Amino acid sequence: MSQASVATPRPVQPRIPLREIAPWAIFAGVLALLVLFFVSTEAGAVELFGTNGLIHEFVHDGRHLLAFPCH
Amino acid sequence: MMRTLLVRGLLAGLVAGVLATGFAYFFGEPSVDAAIAIEEAGTSAHSHEHSEPADAGHSHGDEEAVVSRGTQSTIGLLTGVGAYALAVGGLFAIAFAVLHGRVGALRPRLTSALLAASGFVVVVLVPFLKYPANPPAVGQSGTIGDRTNLYFAFVALSLAVALISVGVGNALAGRLGAWRGGLLAMGGYVVVMAVAAGLMPVIDEVPDGFPGSTLWTFRTASLATQLVLWTALGLTFGALAERVLRPGAAPAPAEAAAARAGQ
Repeated sequence: MSQASVATPRPVQPRIPLREIAPWAIFAGVLALLVLFFVSTEAGAVELFGTNGLIHEFVHDGRHLLAFPCH
Repeated sequence: MMRTLLVRGLLAGLVAGVLATGFAYFFGEPSVDAAIAIEEAGTSAHSHEHSEPADAGHSHGDEEAVVSRGTQSTIGLLTGVGAYALAVGGLFAIAFAVLHGRVGALRPRLTSALLAASGFVVVVLVPFLKYPANPPAVGQSGTIGDRTNLYFAFVALSLAVALISVGVGNALAGRLGAWRGGLLAMGGYVVVMAVAAGLMPVIDEVPDGFPGSTLWTFRTASLATQLVLWTALGLTFGALAERVLRPGAAPAPAEAAAARAGQ
């Protein structure tokens, strides 16, 4: 009955190949950073898109409550 | 596979955003309103002169307000928190895909929960301890540039140190075991961040006479909003990822019983 102790292999989780992740990471990373910039900073410390403070005013409460420096 | 996980990350982000907005509306908005009332009454010694051009149209009052308070505290809040949660959800899915099966050998929902807990600590809690959230009327408009730079620099540093810690901890876990390796890596992160926090400049712009209770309720509500967001994100994404990555795994007891009953 010595074979019984061999029958419990360590669980191995499937890995997603890095080559498959990379293009999605770049795509999602750029989009996410753009969105985060609009939520957190646009027309606060810098204004890159000429939104005339409108974005700042619109997301104002979210910016404060998400702990970003608002104004 | 990555595409599926990314979509589920966004979905989990959406759920987290809606829940966090609900929390922020009921627990955060009252102190935002209180702070704006103080700002407009001008009771504090601190002068809120609008010196910057970007600030020219900025007003919390109803007069000449670009966006009304009613919009700011509802649709605006949902847009801001929701967009943030969607973006974090997308990045979360990417980070999960890289870590799963490479750091530790935990099942998907555990990896997801641990990643969310770590994300909350690294991206929100540690930066918050050094540069806490401020309600309206706290913070001079002239220093917004410096405050923004310092805040994001500290977040970036925290992320970088955390990434290095994960790498080092993973290598140490191979030699010392997962528990010791993980603890050493976390300890290293805490020490480095504590030293960095001690060295970086202090920001203290709370005006004289600003009520401490308002500041406290605002800051706890802010931190709790983020906690709701990251908790919901980690648990929702974990449940969704479990279905993708373990389709053949043993079903939950209830499901197994139902399947037997159905036969």
